[in-house]
Amino acid sequence: MRVFLRRIGIYAFTAWVTVTVNFILPRLMPGNPIEQLIGKLQGRVTPQEIEAIKLQYGQGLNQPIVVQYYHYLDQLVHGNLGVSISAGGPVSGILSSHVWYTIGLIGVSAMVSFLIGTALGVIFGWTRGSRADSLIPVATFLQSTPYYFLGLVFVMIFASRLHWFPLMGAYAPGLTPGFHWDFISSALRYGQLPLLSIVLSSLAGWLLGMRNMMVTIIGEDFVLMAVAKGLPRRRVIWHAARNAVLPSIANLALTIGLLVSGSLLVEQAFNYPGVGILLLNAVGNLDYPLLQGIFLLITFTVLSANFLADTLYYVLDPRTRTAKAH
Amino acid sequence: MRSLQLPKSPKVIVGLVLLGIFVVLTIIGPWIAPYNPNAVNFIPNLTPSWQHWLGTTLLGQDVLSQLLVGCRETMVVGFIAGIAATIISVVVGLAAGYIGGRTDEGLSLLSNVFLAIPGLPLLIVINSYLPSGEQANPLIIGLVISLTGWAWGARVLRAQTMSLRERDFVEAARIIGESRWRIMFSEIGPNLLPILAASLLFTILYSVGVFTTLAFLGLTSLSTWNWGTMLYWAQTNNAALANEWWWVAPPGIAIALVGTSLALINFGIDEFINPRLRAGGMTARQRRKVGVARRPRLGFTPVRRDAGLVASRRATEGGAR
Repeated sequence: MRVFLRRIGIYAFTAWVTVTVNFILPRLMPGNPIEQLIGKLQGRVTPQEIEAIKLQYGQGLNQPIVVQYYHYLDQLVHGNLGVSISAGGPVSGILSSHVWYTIGLIGVSAMVSFLIGTALGVIFGWTRGSRADSLIPVATFLQSTPYYFLGLVFVMIFASRLHWFPLMGAYAPGLTPGFHWDFISSALRYGQLPLLSIVLSSLAGWLLGMRNMMVTIIGEDFVLMAVAKGLPRRRVIWHAARNAVLPSIANLALTIGLLVSGSLLVEQAFNYPGVGILLLNAVGNLDYPLLQGIFLLITFTVLSANFLADTLYYVLDPRTRTAKAH
Repeated sequence: MRSLQLPKSPKVIVGLVLLGIFVVLTIIGPWIAPYNPNAVNFIPNLTPSWQHWLGTTLLGQDVLSQLLVGCRETMVVGFIAGIAATIISVVVGLAAGYIGGRTDEGLSLLSNVFLAIPGLPLLIVINSYLPSGEQANPLIIGLVISLTGWAWGARVLRAQTMSLRERDFVEAARIIGESRWRIMFSEIGPNLLPILAASLLFTILYSVGVFTTLAFLGLTSLSTWNWGTMLYWAQTNNAALANEWWWVAPPGIAIALVGTSLALINFGIDEFINPRLRAGGMTARQRRKVGVARRPRLGFTPVRRDAGLVASRRATEGGAR
């Protein structure tokens, strides 16, 4: 239990660091980005909006930074992420209308690629030294391919040339997003190609990691014991695979961040209206409140996913419950 | 310390040759480029031909020239960021693993925080706050990348340092009164080399990926060429929708090949660290030659006889394994 509480502590600390970095960066960055932003915005937005930005970033208020920090935390706790400069509305509203596409896309593709990649890794590990090994360089190449590049290639081949899939977007033009069959079926259809490109480029990582662990585990005595007892091959593989999958799950925490980062970019290749596209628009428009809101949203999502992965590991591996806290 | 002998499996050789080609291109790329990559005086959208091996862009630029010129910035930033990040991870990992106690607590917490925060969104945020002059500077971007990429290496190095700290040869060095720094860098350091090498390759891989990604998003300077910038222009001009494969494919394949070469070399290091993986790296003929069965029997580690000798010698001398 101590180990578990310790992990909770680390995540709470990380969350606090993220929130604080988000506060400090625009204030302490060289060249005073907020002042520059206000300069650029003169004439483009109303004076009230400029006042709102000044207020949010503590410009010209002569408040001590501690008081600003307190106000910032207070606003955050109440779910107030500020007002978007480019879109006008509150940041939290904009986020909630885009976030579901991203969560759907990344959630489904992460699970599919983990399951298929791990299963293939078990097979490749068991049949090590056979002809299947010649696929390893192919998997390595896929693993090294940037997600967004594979997305571009898929758009080119399957959408633009072969017309098997729609070209871009998350649903057919003219539909209103909502909980009705027309929209859902359209969203499912439009999601297929982005999903395929994320799965294909992230699958290889699971495969290679699982294969290596499988090869290592097969050399252990308990696998030999299982064979000696005369267990059917399926059972032996199952025994070995259950143990080999643990490092993959322990590595989930590292991988989730990379997967989310990679998937955000796939949206760019498909013009998919999720958080990734929103992030790029925010950067392009110097929309700092929106940018910060997205950064917090992504980081907190990744942290919660990591926490779930850790909990899963804790449940699956009894050794973590007795081991020293490291 | 034994020299780092990589198992000579075809994977490692292909990886080294590929990486060698890209390193050579990094040096001579801009000199052998047939045209000026910025010149727009060719017919737009030409498919590959003898005049333009990789065709031309919508703006009438030569794709091959952009690819050759862009190699340098991509590789240099990737390597600088990778090396800088590895230096940070060595210092943090060694200090945390060897000194232990409060230092370890603090440094481990720091690397856990950096591991958990997703790197790319953080980089995009930092990058957008940079003054516009510095946004264009690839070196600054490389250094910022290294700040987000060191934590994984530090964690692995810390774990290995902790296990080495308890070995007899380190204890002996402590008894004869070697200084803490000498033990850290002369006794423990060399034994970390395989893991250090793996971590360096991984970090360079990460840096090349992140840098080209930032460039693909148009967040780096657009006045110089790298492979990410090429993809940025291709995407901005809808090259994928227009089926202009000769424009989209070369930079992406080049990025993937650099990644593949680093990962293939990494396989060699994995096989060096973990002998059980070794037989998998051999061709059928090599396996026959060194006496390893094609399908190794369960419960027996398929170790090459020559490699086994080296390993046992190393073990008796208290070396890496």
